[in-house]
Amino acid sequence: MSTPPADDAETDAAPGTGTGTGTGGATSVDAENRLAFLERYPGVAQLVRAFFLVAFGALGVGGLFGLVQALHRTGVYRGLISSGDYYTVLTGHGVLLALVFTTFFIAGLFFWAVTRSLERRPYSMRLAWTAFWLMLLGTVMAAVTILAGFVPAWGISADVLFTFYPPLQANPLFYVGAALLIVGSWLAGANYFLSYREWRRDNPGERIPLQTFMVLTTMLMWYLSSIGVAVEVVVFLIPWSLGIFPEVDSLTMRTLFWYFGHPVVYFWLLPAYVVWYTIMPKLAGGRLFSDPLARVVFVLFLLLSTPTGFHHQYLDPGIPEGFKFIAMTNTMMLLLPSLLTAFTVVASIEHGARQRGGSGRLGWLTSLPWDRPAFSGCALAGLMFAAGGFSGMINAGMNINYLIHNTLWVPGHFHLTVGTAFALTVMAVSYWLVPQITGKELRHRTLAAVQPFLWFIGMVLMSNAMHRAGLAGVPRRTAEPEFNVASANFDTVVGSYGEMRLQIAVGGVLLFVSLALFLYVMATTWLARRGERLSVNGHIPEPLSGAENGPRVLDNLKLWFAIAVVLVALAYTLPLVEMFSNGVFWPGSSPIPV
Amino acid sequence: MEIHRFEKVWLALSLVLIVAFVGTITYGTINEGIQMVDASGGTVNPDDLPAAFDDPGVEKVGPGEYEVYVVANRFAFNPGTANPIRVPVGSTVTFYVTSGDVVHGFNLAGTNLNTMVIPGQVAELTTQFDERGTYGIVCHEYCGSGHHRMEGTLQVVPRSQFNATEGTA
Repeated sequence: MSTPPADDAETDAAPGTGTGTGTGGATSVDAENRLAFLERYPGVAQLVRAFFLVAFGALGVGGLFGLVQALHRTGVYRGLISSGDYYTVLTGHGVLLALVFTTFFIAGLFFWAVTRSLERRPYSMRLAWTAFWLMLLGTVMAAVTILAGFVPAWGISADVLFTFYPPLQANPLFYVGAALLIVGSWLAGANYFLSYREWRRDNPGERIPLQTFMVLTTMLMWYLSSIGVAVEVVVFLIPWSLGIFPEVDSLTMRTLFWYFGHPVVYFWLLPAYVVWYTIMPKLAGGRLFSDPLARVVFVLFLLLSTPTGFHHQYLDPGIPEGFKFIAMTNTMMLLLPSLLTAFTVVASIEHGARQRGGSGRLGWLTSLPWDRPAFSGCALAGLMFAAGGFSGMINAGMNINYLIHNTLWVPGHFHLTVGTAFALTVMAVSYWLVPQITGKELRHRTLAAVQPFLWFIGMVLMSNAMHRAGLAGVPRRTAEPEFNVASANFDTVVGSYGEMRLQIAVGGVLLFVSLALFLYVMATTWLARRGERLSVNGHIPEPLSGAENGPRVLDNLKLWFAIAVVLVALAYTLPLVEMFSNGVFWPGSSPIPV
Repeated sequence: MEIHRFEKVWLALSLVLIVAFVGTITYGTINEGIQMVDASGGTVNPDDLPAAFDDPGVEKVGPGEYEVYVVANRFAFNPGTANPIRVPVGSTVTFYVTSGDVVHGFNLAGTNLNTMVIPGQVAELTTQFDERGTYGIVCHEYCGSGHHRMEGTLQVVPRSQFNATEGTA
């Protein structure tokens, strides 16, 4: 480990605002600057900046589209776009946020985490930049085909939403772009594993550093799951969009998509867990409660994330009930690692609060650094994830799912998970990490301190109303959810339809303002001149219960990956054999270009 | 591995919760007879639908039992959009829903009568209508630029108003 600063406690405070145990003073300033990630690994810092820059760009455009949607579908203001163009905006929102923003930020965060925790440069910077440029090329191709949907004269469109279910057919470049984005992320992942192999050669017998362990297990899960969408896109949809195959089977394509489409949510969630386990305890002024349990949680996600996809297809005809039931039990088992996480993270934060002088059964909560956005953002994101977890349990329940499937409940749910647990954690950790990769102190601290709370309030308004509207049967993915036939109506359980629409619109506006604040703080920080001090450092204190207290088998990645493959084979072999029994393309249907 | 006493309790409670969730759903399936949409509807060639879908509509198949064939095409349900689907109160109705083009949804708004409509697959759903009333039918899967106009109605009418031989197609 690198030499830690004199004090494990957080030294993030701006001069004069430190509470409790911050060291402050001139000596720690020097220590901070010496430890800046930028100084030790300038090349890696540049790489991470590039990934973050694309991620933030996608976040800005995708967020703007979200605002347009919130105003349009609630009927508050429909003057910006036509209802036909709504689906262009919706495709852009989904692809830019769920696929581009997430994948780019995760790639950057993981390069930082692997470099920091292995204390060495990645295996190959050339390979790393190849991954970046491939991902960017894919993003540009997909984005151009999507945005071309606004200009009908060009005859190019990809209004197929981010799930791109055939036989709706997008421009071939859309599928090629999606494939490049995935392949680029695989290349980035290869670098983490090659770096680890080098480290292992120099450190035989040592436990894998925790952050690297988390990155590697997440990437193993990503390789295992993203192969589904890669097969769908590369083997089927690209040739099909070029006219080489006349037809594809819609159900098989949906099955391949959801084979990937559920684990991808853990690909978003686990990086947030990396932050909550390894960085948030430090931000709270303490240490991680237990390193071995953190490893157990990541192993469980590797094992159980993928054989769950059929729970997105509970309502799909053509899939026998038994397969849906197996997917449900696997999904429910995934509650376990998340509930364990809730315990460990809260315990770690409480430890931090007590280090800061907190006391009492709940009184310690007031001793947490709520005025620092890096901490408050992570904590609020975790809180919302708990709510999102509960609505997710409803989604996972095979029979109650029938009440809410494809209603507004579902985006209400995932705006709490990927839209807050992931996105707000990203914004929070950026307040801490971007200074370390740019060498520039965070600017506009007051705006930054307000921003996570504004996001939280906006999301409370928008998400609760979306959940309730979903219970009333209001559909998702539509420009005009209201009925045109006078005889039909949505019967609401709690509240009125008008009140829900208003909450969604106001919530959407607040979320956009919050996002704009974040981007403003980031841009001004990024463009500022390098100063004398950073006020943050990348040192992460050792856990209360270290890796040496856990069994070595936890680090046996080959074993866990092999078991994960077996579980996937058990869940998917029979259904796929059944679907392919009458031919891979049966029952095929002709493409319908959008 | 050393696990804190509180964490052991938490772990045990978590497992109980998970077993309870799976248990409630197993109970619903076995004791309440809640059926999932499954493979029972079979497959069809979406470009050349079988005869039953040529003139879709409501058919009486037994005392108090009806079958409704529905084809979803961009951007209408047939029947459902141009003419409402009409069934008598107190009847048991089995729906067979398929698509002639892209993926659609079929949901009686606010109820759990809900299915994906996938080209090549026939969704089979059985339900009972015990009360009179009108339901909106929503296409809940994006199917193209006119998706938001794709909707229909289902009316549960008194037996006296229901013309069994003609159906409503």
